[in-house]
Amino acid sequence: MSGIPHDHYEPKSNFTKGVESRLPIIGLLYTTITAPTPKNLNWMWIWGIVLTFTLVLQIATGVVLVMHYTPHVDMAFASVEHIMRDVNGGHMIRYFHMNGASLFFFAVYIHMFRGLYYGSYKAPREITWIIGMLIYIMMMGAGFMGYVLPWGQMSFHGTAVITGLFGAIPFVGESLQTLLLGASAVGQPALNRFFSLHYLLPFIIAGLVIVHIWAFHSTGNNNPTGVEVRRGSKEEAAKDTLPFWPYFVIKDLFALAIILAVFMAVVGFMPNYLGHPDNYIPANPLSTPAHIVPEWYYLPFYAILRAFTADVWAVQLVNFISFGIIDAKFFGVLAMFGAIFVMALAPWLDTSSVRSGRFRPMFKWWFALLVVDFIVLMWAGSRPAEFPYDWISLIGATYWFAYFLIILPILGVIEKPLTAPATIEDDFNAHYGPKDGGSATTPAE
Amino acid sequence: MFRKLTLAAVLAVSATSAVAESEAHVENFDFSFEGPFGSFDQNQLQRGLKIYTEICSACHGLELVAFRNLHDEGGPSLPTDQTLAYAENYEVFDPSLLDGEGDFRAATPADKFPGSALSNAPDLSLMAKARAGFHGPYGTGLNQLFKGMGGPEYIASLMTGYEEPPECAPEDFDGQYNVAFAAGGYPDECKYENGDHKYPGSWISMSQPLYGEDVDFDDGHANDLHHEAQDVAAFLMWTAEPKMMARKQAGLTGVIFLIILSVLLYLTNKRLWAPIKNKD
Repeated sequence: MSGIPHDHYEPKSNFTKGVESRLPIIGLLYTTITAPTPKNLNWMWIWGIVLTFTLVLQIATGVVLVMHYTPHVDMAFASVEHIMRDVNGGHMIRYFHMNGASLFFFAVYIHMFRGLYYGSYKAPREITWIIGMLIYIMMMGAGFMGYVLPWGQMSFHGTAVITGLFGAIPFVGESLQTLLLGASAVGQPALNRFFSLHYLLPFIIAGLVIVHIWAFHSTGNNNPTGVEVRRGSKEEAAKDTLPFWPYFVIKDLFALAIILAVFMAVVGFMPNYLGHPDNYIPANPLSTPAHIVPEWYYLPFYAILRAFTADVWAVQLVNFISFGIIDAKFFGVLAMFGAIFVMALAPWLDTSSVRSGRFRPMFKWWFALLVVDFIVLMWAGSRPAEFPYDWISLIGATYWFAYFLIILPILGVIEKPLTAPATIEDDFNAHYGPKDGGSATTPAE
Repeated sequence: MFRKLTLAAVLAVSATSAVAESEAHVENFDFSFEGPFGSFDQNQLQRGLKIYTEICSACHGLELVAFRNLHDEGGPSLPTDQTLAYAENYEVFDPSLLDGEGDFRAATPADKFPGSALSNAPDLSLMAKARAGFHGPYGTGLNQLFKGMGGPEYIASLMTGYEEPPECAPEDFDGQYNVAFAAGGYPDECKYENGDHKYPGSWISMSQPLYGEDVDFDDGHANDLHHEAQDVAAFLMWTAEPKMMARKQAGLTGVIFLIILSVLLYLTNKRLWAPIKNKD
């Protein structure tokens, strides 16, 4: 692998030489596990490992669940209850899988906001960022389709609402919705294809995760200062970095153990807290729940979807300009996907020459507001679509777009950044004192 | 930076989730199974089973629960002979009898409880989990987190929630007035001009099932309405979550194991980084 200069694997025995000359897999593992990693990484850099672990957890529990699940509209609900009641350890496996989705999204949101704050998306890491966004989209798809499988009330009516979004696309919408559902309404064909895709998507995600890791191993990790590792020589690079094993593996495992302790408490003591009670009612096409609300991790984007109603002037304007092709419903769908799309464009919208938010005095506040905005949108998405929540959603959605499309480009021009340390070594030593005996000062954050 | 943001986020979320739950009046009951260490009270589950058998089962079913489950650990734990005898009280249709024509026979522990006898009486197997949000997802908030309020509270409140209808309601309004029931009909005469309800609850089509002293317990346990409501709610929590005890046990073991692992990894990490951070 290119990038930061480091030791390469030298096979010693005849056997390893033989393997390495045919398939350099030991070298690949060696390079991956010893990857030079900036030594000043803080606790925000542990979420990648948490996410990798969660993906494995979801696949492992999911494979077992499939052994006992029946994808049939008349049997799916009962087969999930069969898992909960009769399968050995089934209730734990299912609760792990169910809450694992929440852990997955919780971790991915922190991981994404970490990237947004420390400028991890900026050159040369745009491809890492874009792949991450693809993974996130896949996760949303997999999460949604998994939620459909128990065939409860929320599963059924949520499917009707979400596939209805695609139906809002002009001209092709109706055919697209029929293609998604395999029929004109939610039923057996939809359940079958969602089951198939729910099994497929995690493996696509796993593939993308490998490419994601490959990409940032080529560029090297970003770090809290945003200053690049020196690459002049192996010795120079070694002053800024430490090998991934054992330093970061142990650090990450420690963080993972704490997070899993909390996760275990949620699974053991309140496994249904994050879910909707209505999904314990078998799907009934004739009775629509009073409030159809998606899982908590979709709420910010659900709020953006609902924010743009027909009485918003921007919607009316676009409706007029497009000769009525873009109505309020389609506008909402565009806004929801647009909200994710602008995030993916961040590497090109952010004009600042400084990477890390730590050295951007104005950016810090706008970023903090974005995080608050995200949480407010999440809350507004869980409320009924009425005053004042519609206004809160609209303001929140507007700020979300303004942050990426207006604030990020302008800040880079008008902001006067602070001076970043010259090297990662300097930053590290500022916390811990130089090697040659300076007194240790404040601990790392 | 991130620490401050996280704190702000936690405060914001906890401040906002306290809203709602005003549509119906659900009381907080104390159940033995609340909290991380709470467990089912075996005697209470047996009393609840008796109430279910003598009253609820006239209309409602429990089609996800098998008779053998009554014998399971962490449930009512009926002895084998009682489980067998209980199952025999029920008749089930067996399609394999009479050379494939099918016939009724006495149930065995392997059979499941029959489904509901009436089409508008929902199955009760999962009711305690399905109603945890008191109809709709907005009710799940801080009360659930801190007071442990959920489906059992809802069921017990529903049982005790039958009251004299307010005077504004027409005499012939469909159903019975219940302060804990939010999903039923509500007369326009009892609304404010903006459409808000003057009184909690709504009109439910199920007529009042429990009045107190409906069932006699062999051990002479109190059978007033409040106790009966609580017993049957506890029983239905068990039917909805029969593995609750095993789950909490696994959770506790897992948390303790992971905390020990965290401490060991913390010490390993500290020692590993000490020379790098000039702390050795």
